[in-house]
Amino acid sequence: MTAQPAPSAFQVHASDNVATLLAEAAAGAPLAIVGSSSKASITASEQIALGHKVALVPIAEGEPVIKFGVVIGVAMRPIAPGEWVHLHNCRSQLDERSGHFDVRTGEPGDQAYA
Amino acid sequence: MPDRADHTHDSTWTGYLRPDGRKGVRNHLLVIYTVECASFVAQEIAKDEPGTHLIGFPGCYDNDYAIRLMLALATHPNIGGVLAVGLGCEYTQPHRIAEAVRASGRPAESFFIQENGGTRSSVAYGKQLLASLRARAGEDAVRVPMTFADLTIGAECGGSDGTSGLAGNPVVGRAFDRLVDLGGSAIFEEVVEMIGLRDLMVSRAASPQVAQQLGATYDKMLSYCKAVRQYSVSPGNFAGGLTTIEEKSMGAFAKGGSRPIQGVIRVSERPPHPGLWLLDSVPDGHFMQFGYTNPNDTEGIMDLVAAGSQIVLFITGRGSVIGSAVSPLIKVTGNTRTYQNMTGDMDFNAGRVLTGEVTMDQAADELLKMVADVASGQESKPERLGHREFFLMYKHQDTPSLEAGCHA
Repeated sequence: MTAQPAPSAFQVHASDNVATLLAEAAAGAPLAIVGSSSKASITASEQIALGHKVALVPIAEGEPVIKFGVVIGVAMRPIAPGEWVHLHNCRSQLDERSGHFDVRTGEPGDQAYA
Repeated sequence: MPDRADHTHDSTWTGYLRPDGRKGVRNHLLVIYTVECASFVAQEIAKDEPGTHLIGFPGCYDNDYAIRLMLALATHPNIGGVLAVGLGCEYTQPHRIAEAVRASGRPAESFFIQENGGTRSSVAYGKQLLASLRARAGEDAVRVPMTFADLTIGAECGGSDGTSGLAGNPVVGRAFDRLVDLGGSAIFEEVVEMIGLRDLMVSRAASPQVAQQLGATYDKMLSYCKAVRQYSVSPGNFAGGLTTIEEKSMGAFAKGGSRPIQGVIRVSERPPHPGLWLLDSVPDGHFMQFGYTNPNDTEGIMDLVAAGSQIVLFITGRGSVIGSAVSPLIKVTGNTRTYQNMTGDMDFNAGRVLTGEVTMDQAADELLKMVADVASGQESKPERLGHREFFLMYKHQDTPSLEAGCHA
């Protein structure tokens, strides 16, 4: 594998409003949407790592975030297409600790050590 | 399955026939300590002994669940002989373990450290017993042909990332479909990672009765997770792109493939007949409410081994460096970067399906071929590195008698 393929994102289900990055994308990078794609491409508005999610459509605050065709969380604030969807803007409907994790490292911020 | 190209389905290798009719892929010896106070001596006994694995229970007060699990491992098809070592104060009795193992047709010995003069003499005595067990396990070994129909394979995921649900787990799920079609048994667990998937689980039931069982298993899990306020998602999962337990759950469930679920077994029960099974390791309600849902990956793996799995597939997107006592662990990653970074630990790169290098079907066939190779005696990478992790803590499960899983 000498030629680096264009970064792409995988949309698992046609009803999904997010896709998963198959390789890291830089800010401004055009991403081909593969899988059950509802659109051909999207531009990453910020750097997004492999395995992380990009928003495909605008998602309003309180609206469900959908992947695999199921609700995986709720938008904590409005999310624009091309934005990284993660701990800073999407929380679990069940897990009480969701919303207390560092967006980059995942480190919990709600545990006292003293 | 039109593009199944190789001869995976007619693989045959030589295994070990046990008196109960099950077949093993290893002929290991097991040293068991019955309390933390005996663990150092047990560890020294097992040290540098080939094919000798160590398990045990740290608590002084005994626990039904823990005893069932240790007995299930001590009479596992991969085990040829057992030495149980106690301190002499604890509730759990080494001689009772040895008796149960002898009743299974295997050689077994036991002793208390307090009756053997302390650390040095106990280690020497233990090594002496181990030598005689090794000789007997070797003499007793009956080598027989084995096929996929003789296999029970477990699947566990840990250190999951955004690739696990797209590549690692789906490839294992596809391999499970193949194994089931070939007459083998496949077991997956991690019910705590099926959050939000009640309808999907129930839709996979082999019968209305199983549908009811799956629904009840889900309901128990959800009420337990809510009660202990613990969900099975970790900082590493977050760093790897998984945002919530709901997202992780869909990916985790993919390792269950697509075949009908034959039923739910509890820890230390075995599948009563071949096919795909769900293992429920979630604690049942109890006045002490002890036990976390799944404290770590090794506990889940031991549950799968206790169900009779001769080999366990471990799917890790971020990379993990564990192995397993009793049964070989095969490490699968859906993340090509992880495969490259941890090439000494990772057995299989399922990330190639994401780049289009191989199809899902090809990857599943390759993985089954690797399972057959490991079953025939080739060491998996964790085995080669000397990994043989074990973990057991107090838990309460209402599982009935040990024989429950043996009724065919």
